[in-house]
Amino acid sequence: MDFKGSETIPGPRTEDQLPHTAEAAAKIVIVGGFGVGKTTMVGSVSEIKPLTTEETMTQAGVGVDDNFGSASKTATTVAMDFGRIKITEQLVLYLFGTPGQERFWFLWNGLFEGALGAVVLVDTRRLEVSFDVMGRLEERGVPFVVAVNTFPDAPRYPVADLRTALDLSEDVPIMDCDVRRRASSRDVLITLMRFLHSLAMTGSRT
Amino acid sequence: MTPPQRQRRSPQEDPPPQPAQDKKEAERPNPERLYVVAGADGNRADLDLVTLIVASVEDPPHSATPEQAALLRLCAAPLSVAELSAYLSLPFGVVTVLLTDMLAAELVQARAPIVRKALPDRSLLEAVMHGLQRL
Repeated sequence: MDFKGSETIPGPRTEDQLPHTAEAAAKIVIVGGFGVGKTTMVGSVSEIKPLTTEETMTQAGVGVDDNFGSASKTATTVAMDFGRIKITEQLVLYLFGTPGQERFWFLWNGLFEGALGAVVLVDTRRLEVSFDVMGRLEERGVPFVVAVNTFPDAPRYPVADLRTALDLSEDVPIMDCDVRRRASSRDVLITLMRFLHSLAMTGSRT
Repeated sequence: MTPPQRQRRSPQEDPPPQPAQDKKEAERPNPERLYVVAGADGNRADLDLVTLIVASVEDPPHSATPEQAALLRLCAAPLSVAELSAYLSLPFGVVTVLLTDMLAAELVQARAPIVRKALPDRSLLEAVMHGLQRL
């Protein structure tokens, strides 16, 4: 965490700067287990090179412990990759690839509370690692869609079987995707927006 | 082959723990560093990862710390708190503390994020959909 001094800090490239007319930003969270493709998905749709924000957290069970200048570290650094899409000259969309473990979620103020919605990225070889994430989102009332990142050697289930296994209601979109492809990742985000829009029409959820 | 089975959960009556309390947890490992960077003052501005920050002044005042000067330079054009954290290689919490002082000193302005509401804004969602379709 050594600070480099203001002259050496690289900022956004000129072509990556937002216009002064940018009034507000919204965010979408892409959540899933380790290695499921969150970072790849962020990178494939982002208009800027993905960036990383960090936060430090104390490990569970460790009390207040000042490690300043000491060799033993009690803090864990948690990193989150994110990307950006300029929607209009006024509106910007950010995508955050977030670790699936809930204990990380509090580190960033309002990460899920303020998000328009979430994409739960799943790997059918390890479907159960996404169970807890979905439950947490349901408890918090965060609307989400399920995107199955299709790894070549992963089992393929019919959507109906997957819906039953994941215990998702009929209206929750489930789709296959290849997160390496921009068009595929973009379609997942569009599906999420359509889903949020349908919720806005029916007013059935918060 | 049958996939493993999950059980749906319901929205909880009790609100989840407030992020603010946990932010304090996040600060604990390195209190002196925070003190050095941000000063000892208490409350932080309510900044989201995607609150857009814009500089209000062109040149940093003489009293500005190197971190503040760097922040000002970065947000000559609007930039989110998350991006400031990334470019400065400083934890999100440290950046929000720095920005709290700078907002109070009117060196920067904050543009509030669009957050999810009980009744979503359909025109906003339509705008995002159209924007994504252009990708």
